[in-house]
Amino acid sequence: MPEPYPELQPVLQRHGYRPDGLIEVLNRAQELHGHLSPPLLRHIARQLKLPLSRVQGTASFYHLFRFQPPARHCCLVCTGTACHVLGAAALLAALEHEPLQERGIELGSVRCIGTCSGAPLVVVDGQVWNHQSAAGVLDGLRSLDP
Amino acid sequence: MSVCTLRIDNRDVAIAAGASVLEAARAAGAAIPTLCHLDGLSPVAACRLCLVELEGSDKLQAACVTAVADGMQVRTDSPRLREIRRSVIELLFTEGNHVCAICVANGHCELQDLAVTVGMDHSRLPYRFPDRHVDLSHPLFGLDHNRCILCSRCVRVCDEVEGAHVWDIGWRGEHCRIIAGLDEPWEAVNACTHCGKCVEVCPTGALFHKADTSEEKQGHPERLQALVHARNHQQWQP
Amino acid sequence: MSGACLRICTAASCRSRGAETLRQRCSALLESANSASATQGVAGRDVTVKGVGCLGPCSEGPLLAVDAAAGGSRLFSLGTNGQAGSAAVIEAAIKAVAADLHTAVADGDGSAVAQWSPPHSRELPADDPFLALQLRRVLAQCGRIDPAEIADALAAGAYRQLQAVLQRNDPAGVIELVRRSGLRGRGGAGYPTGLKWATVAAMPGGEKVVVCNADEGDPGAFMDRTVLEGDPHTLLEGMAIAAHAVGADRGFIYVRAEYPLAIERLRIAIAQAEQHGWLGTAIAGSDFSFHVELRVGAGAYVCGEETALIHSIEGRRGVPRPRPPYPAQRGVFGLPTLINNVETFANIPALLRLGPEAYAPGTKVFSLTGQVRRSGVLEVPMGTPLRTIVETMGGGAPAGRRIKAVQTGGPSGGCVPASALDTPVDYESLQALGTIMGSGGMVVLDDTTNMVDIAAFFMAFSREESCGKCIPCRSGTVQLEMLLRKLLSRQASELDLAQLERLCPVVSEASLCGLGQSAPRPVLSTLRHFRGDYLALLEPTPAAPPQEQNP
Ligand SMILES: Cc1cc2nc3c(=O)[nH]c(=O)nc-3n(C[C@H](O)[C@H](O)[C@H](O)COP(=O)(O)O)c2cc1C
Ligand code: SF4
Ligand code: SF4
Ligand code: SF4
Ligand code: FES
Ligand code: FES
Ligand code: FES
Repeated sequence: MPEPYPELQPVLQRHGYRPDGLIEVLNRAQELHGHLSPPLLRHIARQLKLPLSRVQGTASFYHLFRFQPPARHCCLVCTGTACHVLGAAALLAALEHEPLQERGIELGSVRCIGTCSGAPLVVVDGQVWNHQSAAGVLDGLRSLDP
Repeated sequence: MSVCTLRIDNRDVAIAAGASVLEAARAAGAAIPTLCHLDGLSPVAACRLCLVELEGSDKLQAACVTAVADGMQVRTDSPRLREIRRSVIELLFTEGNHVCAICVANGHCELQDLAVTVGMDHSRLPYRFPDRHVDLSHPLFGLDHNRCILCSRCVRVCDEVEGAHVWDIGWRGEHCRIIAGLDEPWEAVNACTHCGKCVEVCPTGALFHKADTSEEKQGHPERLQALVHARNHQQWQP
Repeated sequence: MSGACLRICTAASCRSRGAETLRQRCSALLESANSASATQGVAGRDVTVKGVGCLGPCSEGPLLAVDAAAGGSRLFSLGTNGQAGSAAVIEAAIKAVAADLHTAVADGDGSAVAQWSPPHSRELPADDPFLALQLRRVLAQCGRIDPAEIADALAAGAYRQLQAVLQRNDPAGVIELVRRSGLRGRGGAGYPTGLKWATVAAMPGGEKVVVCNADEGDPGAFMDRTVLEGDPHTLLEGMAIAAHAVGADRGFIYVRAEYPLAIERLRIAIAQAEQHGWLGTAIAGSDFSFHVELRVGAGAYVCGEETALIHSIEGRRGVPRPRPPYPAQRGVFGLPTLINNVETFANIPALLRLGPEAYAPGTKVFSLTGQVRRSGVLEVPMGTPLRTIVETMGGGAPAGRRIKAVQTGGPSGGCVPASALDTPVDYESLQALGTIMGSGGMVVLDDTTNMVDIAAFFMAFSREESCGKCIPCRSGTVQLEMLLRKLLSRQASELDLAQLERLCPVVSEASLCGLGQSAPRPVLSTLRHFRGDYLALLEPTPAAPPQEQNP
């Protein structure tokens, strides 16, 4: 049987199949596959010779690892301090009331991306939108391809 | 082996260097409450019940992981420590769903015993009533997350003594919970040898024998200690 | 360098306002103009464009500096300060700037460009307090060099201190210099750096590790991001000097995943430093080797705590453990480990260049944000009054508002009330006010702010970021936040307030690591300075007695 997930070989090799490479391998696996599925996690556990619960326990500890496939678009509202004092909570609450899911947009939050001069801001598919209002974000989201 | 002399609650104690303050206190007959600590398992200092005061320092130290030192002066009881211990027990009770009256461990529960010890007759903090599950998939044992206090004794015994590493702690913060395998039903994890060690060391009724009904669960940490002693010293007591 | 130079800030904040597109346009344009002038034999048009790190006043971005060949430079803001620039607006602005630059280049030579002012821009005069009151040492080259070009950094003096250190080959002497300078860790706790280095150096064993903590998790703080994006070589040089001093040959930089540009810049810088022999085996012809690896986090604030950071580098859950053993005794892979913050390492080259006496008392980099007119990154002498930073340099609160407090130290810190703005910013003065210097995030709060809301905000942060290992933090932060929310919804009684004040010390005294230990500090600090905000939220009539439940 051919080895599953051959695309993970380089990162596994770079870390010599050692357990301390686990987080780097998980990062790469998620980059390639969008999320960490059970077969993928089993494969990584086997390659690094780690117990399954150790792999799951580690992956679930970190906010950025996900176990469900991502939606087509992602809108993160920054809820760091600077964004909070300039209205992020209201912005997030307003967006939570919108049926974004139906339009393939996943809503989430992040605690400061370090460009607070643009507060309050959102990150849409990796792009930073500065000084946003709920209406502005919704306007922008409408122009994303469905 | 060199010996340290220290003072614990106005009693002089001499004990081998390298021992913990907890061991020294026990040798001196001072009762320090513990939960996450279990002789035979690696210490984690997670429950914070064993905090003690050290002369000359404002910072409290966990007795289970603090090494004795010559001339150390330890206080194991004070209003400050009592307040912390009671609060910790309250936090543990309010975080889960502990309905003692119908629990397998009723009467043999370390958490319940500690509530009595620290004088917690009611909680000053509101109960949170979390939504937690029960895993009854294993043929012999069950895990009721409602009663789990995340002491991680089960994780450690299964990893360090049984070598199976079925359990780990998953997720983070208030969402932490004990997981088997890839967060699967216990029965689905092939690594489990059905040895029952995790059940024996669980301080509460979270892990139990399915055959037990209420008040029937008895923990058996001494079996673990006998095992670890036998293995470390190559001495068996038939 | 001979010709004129356009420096365009392409760090994350300006980049989010289209700066990278602007740089690419200008670059392409000048390249074609330069090659045209070369073929036509017209001299003097040599104008270079480069992308640089943060220039400071990020809220004015995108920012562009024009350096004249003869020396002197002017700084321009193309920004719409505070307005949400739509993609179309940004695109139009970039087009206008590029077109105008094209004309300037076509019209004359390098000196014409040196005179050029971009259209719709505002010049920020050199005596603008935000610029003039800074003392840039850590950030000396940030905004000047192209961080992706080691040649640029080398021309500006990068790795010269490392070379000198290797030539002298006196590790103990270097540690002594660091100790004498009085440098304290910039990651939050302020531990004396020289002492830490000496401890690691004194540990037996041939294998040691140096770790750079680039996890920068405090929300509203971006000093380390500025260094990583704008001048990664100064950090690498500092780390290599530290490694030589303590006897380490392996290094890790643990950087948070939320900083993609910093990660990219670090990758490039490490590779270029290796190519040029400033990292790797037998550095600069000496027998000193130092290999640096990058480790990217995955979204966990607590991984900034040093023992959690060690676990994370080892591929585990980022859960702290009790100390001792300290990382100096048992760190990464059980080896003696030196852990310092980005800014701490980045101080080292300047410290050695100036010598400990001229260096002291040093500088501190701050990120200024919140309800303030001008926000961005600034480096000022240690001990600068808070008022100078937030009012003189930052311009104070927005029109019609007044400053109520300045939050320092993030979720582990507290608030300085407006009445104490004359406090000098140093470790002791801030501590006396019940807050901490922290890593350098400064969030200005104006008089529309309810301080209980701020306390609840930070408590929610600590609750979310608690690792969950120890019960006082895991569950205590939940209960504390519940009490604060009860206050905010005006359902709390005096009893609840008493409960809040009782639980805070339990959480801070009983928690295992710094996260739980300092989680109550924003509450305690706001209770101390703004008790009125709490009292105003109390229920007017006494509440029913709390329910008693038996377990
Ligand atoms: C919860 C928590 C988060 C921390 N986060 C950071 C961080 O993001 N960056 C940092 O440099 N230090 C952070 N620290 C401090 C580090 O534990 C450590 O003290 C520091 O990196 C030492 O470097 P220094 O001596 O150069 O300051 C944090 C500490 C705690 C308790
Ligand atoms: S029964 Fe034994 S092997 Fe199975 S989970 Fe418990 S301790 Fe581990
Ligand atoms: S199941 Fe029992 S032993 Fe395991 S963590 Fe929970 S309370 Fe502790
Ligand atoms: S204080 Fe909080 S973050 Fe630190 S060990 Fe305890 S639970 Fe984890
Ligand atoms: S608080 Fe939103 S980017 Fe920093
Ligand atoms: S027994 Fe020491 S912390 Fe739990
Ligand atoms: S990011 Fe451009 S000035 Fe700060």
